[in-house]
Amino acid sequence: MATKMKIKKAKDGGYQVLVLAKHPMETGLRKDKKTGKKIPKHFIKTMKFHLNGTPVAQANLAQGVSKNPLIGVSLSDAKSGDKVSVNWIDNTGGTGSVEATVK
Amino acid sequence: MKRRILLKGTAASASLVAAAAAGWLVPVRLLAADWPQTAFESDDAGNAIQDYFGDAAVVDSDQVVIKAPLQAENGAVVPIKVTTTLANVESIAIIVEKNPIPFVASLDVLSGASGALFSTRVKMGQTSPVTCLVKAGGKVHRASQVVKVTVGGCGG
Repeated sequence: MATKMKIKKAKDGGYQVLVLAKHPMETGLRKDKKTGKKIPKHFIKTMKFHLNGTPVAQANLAQGVSKNPLIGVSLSDAKSGDKVSVNWIDNTGGTGSVEATVK
Repeated sequence: MKRRILLKGTAASASLVAAAAAGWLVPVRLLAADWPQTAFESDDAGNAIQDYFGDAAVVDSDQVVIKAPLQAENGAVVPIKVTTTLANVESIAIIVEKNPIPFVASLDVLSGASGALFSTRVKMGQTSPVTCLVKAGGKVHRASQVVKVTVGGCGG
């Protein structure tokens, strides 16, 4: 599944990272209209942010987050040329990752 | 050989459980950065907050700013942005009080990142207050805003 990342310069210095992950984020409450069966839970649990390989932040998500989650965090210590990488894992063991360099 | 690894693993996790029971592991949880399962399974906002933040004092603060729509046209996608001017942010949580599971998302801040911002898009079943909590310097700072929802986004 595709994951995209944007890095913007923040007003107060540092950088702001926006990650868009393509994911259905099923709640487990919705029913399939054709079969009437419940659609099982399927959501991203954790999204880890790394700066030059060291973990800096972790977002914990669950079914309450919208489909195709867009997560923004700020990295105050990021400098031009730093590598930012993001990995996520969902409740069924699915994973995704994205990497970019700060401009 | 495998049995040896298994035994080692069990011993280690047993001691972890013991440490957690003794209450030593509260700050370590942030470092280990586990998914806060009990908070995510709680159907009560108050319990979820306590599960996630522990017994830290909760105070209302104007240093926590929520940027959210006053009225959401579509409850399935409600953008929420939390910003704060507090220093040494440890964690941020977003809670939609009237959702079936109020604890929607949280951010654990480790060294090297400032927790000045956390943004996401959440589902909202109905009109509800959205509460954002920021833990910084041992205290939990709270801000809240009501978001009106015309079309729900939970279930269907």
